[in-house]
Amino acid sequence: MTAELASNPDSLVFLELGEALRRRGQLYVAAKAAVAGLERHPELADSHDLYARILVDMGHLQQAYDEWQATVELDSRHRGAHKGLGFLCYRWGDLDGALEHLELAVAADPMDQSVVQALRMVRDAATEVAEVEEDPRRSVFQGLDGDGHGLLLFDTRGRVLGGGISNQLGEDVSEDVAAYVSGGCQEADRSSRILEMGDWRWMVVEGTGGSMHIARSESDTLLLVARDGSVPSGRLAVLADRAAEVAREWLEAQQP
Amino acid sequence: MSEQFKEALDGITRVKGVRGAIMVTDDDGLIIADAVMEGVRSDAVAALAASLSARMARATVGAGVGEQHFLHLQAENCTLLTMPAPNGVLIVVLAEKDVNVGLVRLEMLRAVEVVE
Repeated sequence: MTAELASNPDSLVFLELGEALRRRGQLYVAAKAAVAGLERHPELADSHDLYARILVDMGHLQQAYDEWQATVELDSRHRGAHKGLGFLCYRWGDLDGALEHLELAVAADPMDQSVVQALRMVRDAATEVAEVEEDPRRSVFQGLDGDGHGLLLFDTRGRVLGGGISNQLGEDVSEDVAAYVSGGCQEADRSSRILEMGDWRWMVVEGTGGSMHIARSESDTLLLVARDGSVPSGRLAVLADRAAEVAREWLEAQQP
Repeated sequence: MSEQFKEALDGITRVKGVRGAIMVTDDDGLIIADAVMEGVRSDAVAALAASLSARMARATVGAGVGEQHFLHLQAENCTLLTMPAPNGVLIVVLAEKDVNVGLVRLEMLRAVEVVE
């Protein structure tokens, strides 16, 4: 290919040569071939695409982005450029941008499994982000075991602050549970005061289908951890301690 | 029958750290039988424990963990335990904060069997 290019500098063989060198890891030589080709064929979308791929391998992401942008300006359906732009957008946390480019890449070649898989992954990530944004309560315990269905933070008046509880049918029962449990906790306050037990620290209620651990945290908030019967009460207490730590940090972050 | 109840409650109070064990009606907290140390206000313990248990029973069902069968309230100085028994009876135990809850629970289960 090198000989062919030397004998005919206008040949498009530089595209094959540059890609082969890139795959071999000879990035500097590959870039030289790509730039030489670009100088002779600036209106060729593939030449910008080749150079962008080499730039990504070299770690020059912003320059690669510019080259792929130039590619799609010349050929708005260029699969490789949209795939590359989708990758860069995803890497920079721009999920909307990534989705847009990957969808265009799939439209250009629906048989490219690598793009189809990438699109699926980005869609899942975007859905996850959207769910958290739609329900800011979930963000309190995000990443903890039971996030969204088995951890609830609420105040002593039964107002939900974060997390969520689902019943056996998967329905969100956070508001009801916060109301009932806060009422129960007021009863616990009354009992411990009248019986001179000192302040109550936590309460465990075991049911036929699972257990609840309720802890009084700082600043008049209550933390409830609910699990099915497979989780022993000691393990429940460990989970509650971990969740209490997270809740404390979250509450501190909410302070003006 | 009340002698059997008393014996069952005595079994609970034999566990170190237990201050008192009471059988109460679960709806209004009236005492059926009790075995408490001097100074323990069994009527107050009975009424408050029954009320707490009833409140938490609603929450337990609401949270999807089923019918309540054991409650453990841990306070700075004391432990309060309740366990429902058949026929609208509730077993209530007041104990020191560091009582062996596992042992007390076993004795409470025996008391539940007596009520059955």
